[in-house]
Amino acid sequence: MKSAGINRLRSFVTYTVLILLSFMCLFFFYILIINATRSHADLQKGFSALPGKYFLENLRNVANDGSFPMFRGIFNSLIVSGSTAALCTYFSALTAYGLYAYEFKFKKAVFTFIMAILVMPTQVTAMGFLRLITKMGMYDSLLPMIIPSIASPSVFYFMHSYLQSSLPLSLVEAARIDGSGEYRTFNRIVLPIMKPALALQAIFTFVGSWNNYFIPALVIQSKNKMTVPILIATLRGADYMNFDMGKIYMMITVAIVPIIVVYLFLSKYIIAGVALGGVKE
Amino acid sequence: MKKKRKGVNYSKWGYIFIIPFILCFFIFSLIPLVDTIRYSFYEYYRSGIKEIGPTFIGFDNYTSLLQSDMIKYALNTVILWVIGFIPQIAVALLLAVWFTNTRKKIRGMQFFKVVIYLPNLIMASAFAMLFFTIFSTNGPINSILMSIGISNKPIDFMGSVFGTRSLIGLMNFLMWFGNTTIMLMAAIMGISVDVIEAAELDGCNSTKRFYYITLPLIRPILAYTLVTSIIGGLQMFDVPQIFTNGQGNPDRTSMTLIMFLNNHLKSKNYGMAGSLSVYLFIISGVLCFIVYRMTNNSDADSDRAIAKKKAKEEKRRR
Repeated sequence: MKSAGINRLRSFVTYTVLILLSFMCLFFFYILIINATRSHADLQKGFSALPGKYFLENLRNVANDGSFPMFRGIFNSLIVSGSTAALCTYFSALTAYGLYAYEFKFKKAVFTFIMAILVMPTQVTAMGFLRLITKMGMYDSLLPMIIPSIASPSVFYFMHSYLQSSLPLSLVEAARIDGSGEYRTFNRIVLPIMKPALALQAIFTFVGSWNNYFIPALVIQSKNKMTVPILIATLRGADYMNFDMGKIYMMITVAIVPIIVVYLFLSKYIIAGVALGGVKE
Repeated sequence: MKKKRKGVNYSKWGYIFIIPFILCFFIFSLIPLVDTIRYSFYEYYRSGIKEIGPTFIGFDNYTSLLQSDMIKYALNTVILWVIGFIPQIAVALLLAVWFTNTRKKIRGMQFFKVVIYLPNLIMASAFAMLFFTIFSTNGPINSILMSIGISNKPIDFMGSVFGTRSLIGLMNFLMWFGNTTIMLMAAIMGISVDVIEAAELDGCNSTKRFYYITLPLIRPILAYTLVTSIIGGLQMFDVPQIFTNGQGNPDRTSMTLIMFLNNHLKSKNYGMAGSLSVYLFIISGVLCFIVYRMTNNSDADSDRAIAKKKAKEEKRRR
């Protein structure tokens, strides 16, 4: 048995490291929130650990700024991320079910193919993609960020693993005997069974799309179609030193706080989901 | 069960259900890929408002890329990735071992897990913008450093190569170590309790247990983490792009490959962008193949691991 002294030292080291890491994770957001509540003049004087009284003022300034339509951007981001999450999860589930429940000639080939492109970066096809959507007349619209999400290999893989572990084929057979059509069986029986997987992947797809910057930055040109990450990038590119700093902090706050709030509500669920993804692979 | 009753053939439904995916992939990934490869062999760019090309020039784009700064940018990408990855995997391993240790009851574990995963969900571009703002010469970090007397004049973090690279590495570290921790925790919790108990009975202390039991048994998932992280590192873009405003300053030492690609795409140099994409495609193709082998062999691998474990246990029991 080890002596109590060594154990106490060990737990001291453990907590010190954990608290230090948590501090590193939270400190920057703390500065952000504090500074978003202070006025430009206050901010010039230096840092203060206590919040100021300019929160609403800064928020109003951000809302009324015509050159950085932040709230319009949030609205666009919500449309893109919401539709992406819905389309991606639905069609990934449909594809996974198609490959799981039916026997057909190219089943194995299709599965192998999707597994092979599982982690292929989207950036390598960006050039052709850009030319294609220009030809299709979708340049500078939100559609090119939404429609391609129908084909998401990683979400498909998750759904396929989930089906394997939780959908007995006898259930499908039973539905057939009861006279249910195949498409109806999917919507009424398979989808409800997959609810946990759908919800989890919807969250991850939503967040991924909300934070996505590379493709939107290439596709979107006009101001009123910009999503939040592009607006942040334009902010960085603008003549930055002449800005109201309170407003800048408020813009960043507006961009990231919605996700933090959602995360705090769903954190347990999300963390369990990350762990699940790790075990599966 | 598999037998089709009354000879009804359901296989057409399989095709119907996968059509949207296949069609979408074909249109939005395969056609662009072919197009990208095709134009990599052409001289095709825009100078002013005039479009030059496309004229077929063979492998000229490829060779001129090799003579350009591409190698330097590839090195930058590797350096930035390493700065973020090494602390990330080390800290993640340490935390995963602590969190899964049943003897060590860590109070507030759920809280720590929630906090360390938080940065992973933050918009990378906003995070980079935040870092740029608070580490600027008249930002809060300098203000704090000066008020507690660590430095007497503002430090220009973004002015030095070391500062910029470290900050980008720090951001990547903060964004990913929580995710890696949770993945590794899941892997460690997958190790059977029997093995750990057997080791303890044999007088293994925690250090030995880590090196001889935990580490070898989570090796597959460590390798998986490594390869997926390399793929992620290859795609590094948002953070350095926003942090350095697309310039890769100072002196383009934090310019990554995808930032280079982005510049070619923005200036509509389709030929160069095409051949750069093909280089990236080849590298990520190799990495994808490794991941594919891992995910498909993992069952066989873990079976072997379990068999080995059992054999070891048997030996111990005797």
